[in-house]
Amino acid sequence: MSYTASDNFALTPEILLVLFGCGLLFAGRRWALPLLYTALVFTAIALWRQNIWLDQNRVADLTAFGGALAVDRFALFFDALFLSTTALVAAISKPVIEKDFPEYTAMLLFAQCGMFFISGGQDLITLFLGLELMSLSFYILVGFTRENRRSNEAALKFLILGAFSSGLVAYGFSLLYAITGSTRLSGIAAGLASRDPHDPLLILALATAGAGILFKIAAVPFHMWAPDAYEGAPAPVAAYLAMASTSAAIALLIRLFTGPLAPSRTVWEPLLIAVALATLTLGNLAAIAQSNMKRLLAYSSISHAGYLLLGLVAGNTTGIKGISVYLLTYLFMTVGAFGIIVIVHHEGAVAQNVSDLEGLARRSPWNAFLMLVFLLSLAGLPPTAGFLGKYFVLQSLVETGHYMLAAIGTLYVIVALYYYFRIVQAMFMMQPSSAVTLVSSVPVRLALAVSGAFTLAIGIYPEPFLRFAESSVAR
Amino acid sequence: MTEHLLSITLFLPLGGMLLLLLIPDTQARTIRIWSLAVSLAALAVSLLALSRFDISATGFQLAERAPWIPTLGVQYAIGLDGISLLLVLLTTVICPIAFLASWNVTKKVKAFHALFLLIETATLGVFLSLDGFLFYLFFDLVLIPMYFVIALWGGPRRLYAALKFFLYTLCGSVLMLLGLIGLYFAHIRQFGYPSFEITQLMKLTLPLATQQWIFWALFAGFAIKIPMFPFHTWLPDAHVEAPTAGSVVLASLLLKIGTYGFLRFSLPLVPQASSDLTIVRILLTLSIIGILYGALVSLMQREWKRLIAYSSVSHMGFCTLGIFALNPIGIAGSVLQQVNHGISTALLFLLAGIIYERRGAREISAYGGVASSMPRFAFIFGVAVFSSAGLPLLNGFVGEFAILQGAFQVSRTWAAFGVAGLVLAAAYLLWLYQRTMLGPITHEENRNLPDLNARETAVLLPLVALAFAIGLYPKPLFDIVQKPVAELVERVHHK
Repeated sequence: MSYTASDNFALTPEILLVLFGCGLLFAGRRWALPLLYTALVFTAIALWRQNIWLDQNRVADLTAFGGALAVDRFALFFDALFLSTTALVAAISKPVIEKDFPEYTAMLLFAQCGMFFISGGQDLITLFLGLELMSLSFYILVGFTRENRRSNEAALKFLILGAFSSGLVAYGFSLLYAITGSTRLSGIAAGLASRDPHDPLLILALATAGAGILFKIAAVPFHMWAPDAYEGAPAPVAAYLAMASTSAAIALLIRLFTGPLAPSRTVWEPLLIAVALATLTLGNLAAIAQSNMKRLLAYSSISHAGYLLLGLVAGNTTGIKGISVYLLTYLFMTVGAFGIIVIVHHEGAVAQNVSDLEGLARRSPWNAFLMLVFLLSLAGLPPTAGFLGKYFVLQSLVETGHYMLAAIGTLYVIVALYYYFRIVQAMFMMQPSSAVTLVSSVPVRLALAVSGAFTLAIGIYPEPFLRFAESSVAR
Repeated sequence: MTEHLLSITLFLPLGGMLLLLLIPDTQARTIRIWSLAVSLAALAVSLLALSRFDISATGFQLAERAPWIPTLGVQYAIGLDGISLLLVLLTTVICPIAFLASWNVTKKVKAFHALFLLIETATLGVFLSLDGFLFYLFFDLVLIPMYFVIALWGGPRRLYAALKFFLYTLCGSVLMLLGLIGLYFAHIRQFGYPSFEITQLMKLTLPLATQQWIFWALFAGFAIKIPMFPFHTWLPDAHVEAPTAGSVVLASLLLKIGTYGFLRFSLPLVPQASSDLTIVRILLTLSIIGILYGALVSLMQREWKRLIAYSSVSHMGFCTLGIFALNPIGIAGSVLQQVNHGISTALLFLLAGIIYERRGAREISAYGGVASSMPRFAFIFGVAVFSSAGLPLLNGFVGEFAILQGAFQVSRTWAAFGVAGLVLAAAYLLWLYQRTMLGPITHEENRNLPDLNARETAVLLPLVALAFAIGLYPKPLFDIVQKPVAELVERVHHK
């Protein structure tokens, strides 16, 4: 098998990311951000050319490496999502980059490269390598503030539990290979089609691979790492973790569970419903009690993972589209909320507690307003983007007859609103504390403005964004 | 211009709000005048819509339709029928009054006025929407500014009251959304394309079981908003803690969203469920309990605003009683009662606000004999009390009488309970009047209270005039609602 031009074309975005990533390792502090954005622009062009190629040739995907990698609309949608996430996260990372080292930006690119392999991978080995590349980059990013002991602790905890979960994924994948004799998703699908879905070996493979991937999206009961990792990580990394890592793992789940594992739905659906409900419940209820901002957002992101899993439970076109819309909206509100945390400093350090946001409306009405928009959106209230994501997931649940799940999912919006509004109360109804200062820079402000504008725009005129998300299910 | 009359009414306050944000914080007077002018302009445009409105026509008038989210089948569809026309006018009348009444607000003036303009657009949007999705959007949009109005300018327990109001109402509204999604899928199944538009959804034929669950889902949203017993517990807190203008808008306008929802969505879209004997019995029982319970609790209140708040529970019980009598006179009476309650409760809250500003005491026992120091105040308070108690020649009587007529046609027992509610209303209102206004002055602080000034009189007089006008000559109002009510009853009984 030789390396062909079409292989090269399919792999261009990944190649660019790795090359620029390596370049960034040698770049100085001042060049880190410009170089990173150059990388993102080139990658975006590469993705755009792949998109045009798909349009022109009217085929479902761009297959490369004998089918190990296939760039289809689904992959391109997620790639665009990862790219935008990286762009926004890098902007709010400006203070971190200034304080620490430029390797940070390289790690962002390497993680993104891993995600690209996950979204386009058609082979268990490609997928596993993508997952590992992403996870390894994240272990480093979480522990990036080296002098901070909490950050070290979080990174170590994340690493150990993450390695364990990767082991689970590898074990599940190897069992799938053992059952079907193929590592290609298409081969596995063919091998499983003739098999009894209640085969214990298959259930074991499904459970272990599933559990490993669910760990990455911090679904209950595999969520224990998330609050610590979020708390210890620099705020932009937490945003990256919440958004990008979750999206990648969800993309992988969609690939596997609506692809080769679709015939086993009777087996995994009850399990997934149980996990989704547990995730929603624990995420929402535990968030109520948090006084640490990042822990609160960690639990809230766990609850968002619950909604995403509900979309997968529905599993039909509306459900998958719902997940795409959800992630698209989640991107802007998550980066926005963490961006506000980056701005607020308590005695020189980035804000830790909800109480640090007290009186923000008086200090900076504009930032308080943006945070309000992000929080309303996270809770899922119209006319913000978050409403639309939840709306699609609920719609897909009603469509597939999961009425009880739809009702439960709906009612958790109330609980979510309760804890998000504790932050709103702090911002608007309390007096500012003198220990708190606002530290802001142009990229951070820009990222916040973009996030806020999109969060409102998607909520008020969603049509173009829905069409974009729809492209992810066009097969 | 003519074809966009309703859009102009709807977005005028929002546009005014955006421009308001450009005025510097220090220009408090400019901000006040600007908000008042914007809301008066909205009133003028809505009166223009009234002049273009044809009361003999059926269906929705001045309607505007444009695709908004085609992927979901969501339209920007707004329009008027007689019922929504009255509520739109009530909104555009109450809002300038609320601004004029808030002249003394000095804390965060700009934010205060911006939020109220946002509330006006959202409320108008609720009454104008002909699309379920759009309706839901505005329904929720009302909550956010109202939360801030209560939480930032409210009384001592404002944070608690504001959050309770928000969470409680949202709980109903998300369940209502599930009901709307149910209708949406039924529409896709029967017609093959998605739509949230009311006239489209009316073409559905649904099995009774489906209609029933949809009815209860919608009920959750509307019953909490009205609020019907036993979902009323958010109301006293929110009303008592809210600043005067907040209480006025909350009681006069926001509560009507619930009753309007029953008339716009529940009755026409799930007619069989709405006329289902069990459901009607449950709703009538809840209405009667609401009327009597609200009245009895009002009798026991020691605080001025709390008493008015509970009286709303009782009066809104009349509205739902009229709706679920399911006959023309009952429903027409209910719509009138909604308007009348808007006027009389606004008066009561405004008066309570005025005296609270002077005296700073909420307890009824802190007053007594105020009539001798504030004769003009006492006179208008008398009109408000009689209007609220349903005295003939004043507006309250017309609606309640029609509701009782409607209830009587269905069952004498229901009507009898309703009458009992009326008697109790007279009791608690007159007793409030007696304890605060009449008799010797019991507290020295009340001896030198200044009477109404010119601005306050200007705030109150339009409402007093409306109370008399509707009481003396209600026929135009009945004429306006006659057609849509007849259509509604037709739908409910012949489906």
